[in-house]
Amino acid sequence: MKLQKATQYGLYAVLELARDPSHQLSATHIADIYGISSNHLAKVLRDLGRAGLVNSVRGAGGGYRFSGNSKRTTLMDVINIFEEIGSDSTAAADPGDATDIGCALLLVLGEIDDIARATFGSITLDTLLKTMHWQREREEKLQNPAVV
Amino acid sequence: MNTETQFLQVNIRPASIDDLQKVVDLDAEITGLEKKEYWENHFNRFAERNGRYLMIAESKTPCEFLGFIVGEVSGWEFGSRPCGWVFVIGVAPSHRVQGIGEKLFNAMCEVLKADGADSVRTMVGRDDQLNMSFFRSQGMMAGPFIELEKPLF
Repeated sequence: MKLQKATQYGLYAVLELARDPSHQLSATHIADIYGISSNHLAKVLRDLGRAGLVNSVRGAGGGYRFSGNSKRTTLMDVINIFEEIGSDSTAAADPGDATDIGCALLLVLGEIDDIARATFGSITLDTLLKTMHWQREREEKLQNPAVV
Repeated sequence: MNTETQFLQVNIRPASIDDLQKVVDLDAEITGLEKKEYWENHFNRFAERNGRYLMIAESKTPCEFLGFIVGEVSGWEFGSRPCGWVFVIGVAPSHRVQGIGEKLFNAMCEVLKADGADSVRTMVGRDDQLNMSFFRSQGMMAGPFIELEKPLF
């Protein structure tokens, strides 16, 4: 699956800032790390600020700082700021949706949406950051199995 | 030990038959369903036989029942190599977010590993965000199997 660009930038920014909530980073700095547009990222950071996940720090050396609760905020919470995962239940039906094949296809697509929502909704920012750490540890163990 | 658990001294031990009613009561409190017969069966199967584990968490002073976990090493079902399974975990709602579930899970992983398992597996309801988040926070991710089912009516 593919997330919209703004969603992806939002996840990059919020996770980068949540790595160390005591540090502040500028939009340009975060954009450089991920090789993305700093103008687009600045708009995304404003949305994250309105959602209470980041604070902007003004003045020289200013930037953004994580202000949410990384143990309570899930990936779904961040994604929901920018887009809705799965089909929009309020949108008008597409041609073919009411046919038997259309209905069966919608059932399968709904199954995939449910799994995506359950997955994003169960992973907190803290868990994702820990997962990165665990993956690094496993890779190191695989590269050097003698070290326990 | 993380900062959330340092205030509560928790002991993890194998369950004995004396724990049966406490497990039945806590499970009923969590799920809203009392399943005494089910748990009696589990105690008979898990509390006394090798390779199957039913473990209890209790505080040291005062000695208070805090939670339980059930698991075993099982292999070749569904074409899977032997691996550890966690069937159920329960922590008293009054003692959540104190690292007790993590201690139970880690203790279970240790005995499953000692029993030959190199991975641990569980199954969680898609809408059970509490348990799904817990298991994710312990490093569990989607595995190589997908559960499928069909209504029989």
